[in-house]
Amino acid sequence: MTSALFYFFSFVLLFAAFRVITARSTVHAALFLVLAFGTASCVWMLLRAEFLAIALVLVYVGAVMVLFLFVVMMLDVDADQVRQGFWKHFPLAGFIGALIALEMALVLMGGFRLTEAPPPDPLELKLGNSKVLGIEIYTHYLYPLQVAAVLLLVAIIAAIALTLRHRKDTRRMDPSLQVRAKKAERVRLVPMRPTLDLPSATKSEGKEA
Amino acid sequence: MSFGTVTLGHYLSLGGILFALSVVGIFLNRRNLIVLLMAIELMLLAVNLNFIAFSHFLGDMGGQVFVFFILTVAAAESAIGLAILVVLFRNRATINVDELDALKG
Repeated sequence: MTSALFYFFSFVLLFAAFRVITARSTVHAALFLVLAFGTASCVWMLLRAEFLAIALVLVYVGAVMVLFLFVVMMLDVDADQVRQGFWKHFPLAGFIGALIALEMALVLMGGFRLTEAPPPDPLELKLGNSKVLGIEIYTHYLYPLQVAAVLLLVAIIAAIALTLRHRKDTRRMDPSLQVRAKKAERVRLVPMRPTLDLPSATKSEGKEA
Repeated sequence: MSFGTVTLGHYLSLGGILFALSVVGIFLNRRNLIVLLMAIELMLLAVNLNFIAFSHFLGDMGGQVFVFFILTVAAAESAIGLAILVVLFRNRATINVDELDALKG
């Protein structure tokens, strides 16, 4: 049963990957890449890596591919101009690709006939893959995890800083000027007398009347 | 229906074929920068598949931890790559690799 599933998922994965590189429209290529990632997560499930399978779907299908689709739709790419001379290098590319696949299969199929995985750790059976992976990461790999977190922060800042465009027609306050403002620059005290001699006006009116 | 048992070699061959396919994709799509990025993502997927296959068949959790970190780096890479692509398109109005020769001298 597992081997039938493996062959089915492998076929779908390779078909999707082939369509990614040959699809005429870039949107189709992105959607086939989504299919490839989904099928790859199924293959990872066969290998009992549940947490990473779910993370692949969440991170790639949920975030990265949406980013790809946004960029594809934002850029106005002329498909015909891009496709020009598409098959010109196909003989060379096909030859190199077939050579790589053949060499790898030759070495791998002969050298790694490991049929049976070692019996799973009783701890792993009890806790589940996610918890075991978490224990491993947060005990032995805590420092690399922090470095990975900083890397993500750097990526966020770099992506925003690259694409941020300041509008020229917006009016904005300079916060440092606001902070540096002194009372003497803003408030002017005007000396005023407490009372005015109003009665003089009424007096003159009374005289005329 | 029986296909025989699936060995470690089967998974590694799947990863190898996937990697070769993406190399072919880089050759074919050398004009379209977006599809080039997608082919690089496929390559990373193939490498991750190998890591997980080894981790499963050798009973070592370290492979899955490594895949975790590769996923992090790949997400950062594609975010920055797409940002650069957007800036490039804004400045040059093309993502054709052949026309991006400003550094040629």
